[in-house]
Amino acid sequence: MKKIEAIIRTSRLEAVKDALHEIGVEGMTVLEVRGHGRQKGHTEFYRGQEYTVDLIPKTKLELVLADDIAEKAVHAILNSARTGKIGDGKIFISRVEDVIRIRNEERGQSAL
Amino acid sequence: MAKPLVLSFVLLAALLTPKFALPQANPNPSAQAGPSDAGRQADLQSERLAKLEQQVADSRGSADNAWMLVSSALVLMMTGPGLALFYGGLVRKKNVLATMMQSFAMMAVVTVMWAIVGYSLCFGSGNSFIGGLHNIFLHGVGAQPDPDYAATIPAQTFMIYQLMFAIITPALITGAFAERMKFSAMVLFMVLWSAVVYSPMAHMVWGKGGLLNASMNGKFPTLDFAGGTVVHITSGVSALVCAIYLGRRIGYPKEPMPPHSVVISFIGACLLWVGWFGFNAGSALSAGSLATSAFVATHFGAAAAVLGWCAAEWIRNGKPSALGAISGAVAGLVAITPAAGFVGPSAALIIGLIAGVFCYLMVAKVKSRFGYDDTLDAFGVHGAGGTIGALLTGVFAESAVNPIFKDSKGNTLASGLLEGNGHQVLNQLVGIGIAWVLAIVGTLVILKIVDVVIGLRVPEDHEIQGLDLSQHGEEGYYWEVSA
Repeated sequence: MKKIEAIIRTSRLEAVKDALHEIGVEGMTVLEVRGHGRQKGHTEFYRGQEYTVDLIPKTKLELVLADDIAEKAVHAILNSARTGKIGDGKIFISRVEDVIRIRNEERGQSAL
Repeated sequence: MAKPLVLSFVLLAALLTPKFALPQANPNPSAQAGPSDAGRQADLQSERLAKLEQQVADSRGSADNAWMLVSSALVLMMTGPGLALFYGGLVRKKNVLATMMQSFAMMAVVTVMWAIVGYSLCFGSGNSFIGGLHNIFLHGVGAQPDPDYAATIPAQTFMIYQLMFAIITPALITGAFAERMKFSAMVLFMVLWSAVVYSPMAHMVWGKGGLLNASMNGKFPTLDFAGGTVVHITSGVSALVCAIYLGRRIGYPKEPMPPHSVVISFIGACLLWVGWFGFNAGSALSAGSLATSAFVATHFGAAAAVLGWCAAEWIRNGKPSALGAISGAVAGLVAITPAAGFVGPSAALIIGLIAGVFCYLMVAKVKSRFGYDDTLDAFGVHGAGGTIGALLTGVFAESAVNPIFKDSKGNTLASGLLEGNGHQVLNQLVGIGIAWVLAIVGTLVILKIVDVVIGLRVPEDHEIQGLDLSQHGEEGYYWEVSA
């Protein structure tokens, strides 16, 4: 099992969700996050006071998937989240030890 | 209050008593007092009478002026905070400031234009279609009343009251192109729109010599008490043209774009309701019983429309929503606007109920059927509500509420269809038709000009980032990492 964490542009969320649903991904967790990589922030002015905002709002997706579908999901995210400009985000992939469904304590891949 | 009342009684008593009436009417000229003595006394009496008459007129004027100044402030309150909050809550949070700013900008831009040329184009004497330039820079608009418009209040009060209408009308349009128009393009568009669409329409319906003016013998007398055609049809129809010309927002209608705070919109709508008393009852231009009648009709129309909209929603969706209730109120207020000073409470209830259901269907069914992105339903509520309201005014107008039509001998004539004046519905249709055509043609031409000069829409990445940041460099809700 793999955990996929993808930080993407908020404006691409709908497209990414659609792409994942298309390949059969059934569940995901979405978070509103702030952060920065290489993309520069922006400047805001309040009564002449200048503020540099370098933590940019982004959206983070978390998915835990069976190995066979994980690679397909990564491609789906890559194709749907890309605009080609700096700030498109990143995908992190890691191995998952175990999964437990809280309702009935089912374990492993069948609990996904 | 007591003083003018007492004075008017004294005046009345004086007029009814024969010996005070006129010097010649003295029944006993050869009595004790010599003729010169009697003459002096009579002079004194008539001097006192003239003074009393003046004081009575003054106090009437003061009462009217007080109400009209309050009404002016109420109508300004409809734009900011009313409309700004109503619209601000309906957009996504990245556009809240830009949306509120569009309404607020009208309070500044239209005001300055009004002083320079706007008032003159609307209310100066001109031809049947537009006012002249006699009153530019408010020349000749001072403390003296203008009896053509309102004989008991200073012309300046009339001027500032009408300004508030000229402010809110373009502000209503901003709901159609919310979340995607450049601020600079919006300002230029509104400057041109005020001059090209609003001014002629206001002049035709309310100005001296206007083609549609019902109280000053216009060719096609259109009953429009507070702006069903002038304010709501012009803004609503122009809104539709804007929505279609600019195109949909990125992602519409596939991505969900729900209001970011119905709470904010709720406050705004309630302020609109309260402010509307100034808008409609103030349009009596005096503080008498006509103002009361319009006040009552306004309130009843709004209430019935809330029920109409909610009932339709309840039947179709199984639940009455808060957003539906406040939208219904606005729809009812829009529809009762042209009728307010012509109909009684029962007719107001009927007009409100019809408008609530009709506008709901426009917003919920017609919009999705045609697929235009009238973002905040400026057309569905103001265009549709204004049109149905203007039409129903011709049906329900009562001469007992407002004897506006008179024959050459001064006898009151029937007002609306239900009183037997079927012709009035045709006149209403002429007014409605002119408002629609003027709004469509004027708006199209102006959009084309602004598109060429500045460009209407923000670039795609700015639209995605949100107009608060891209147009104003601010955020409505600043995010802190924690202090």
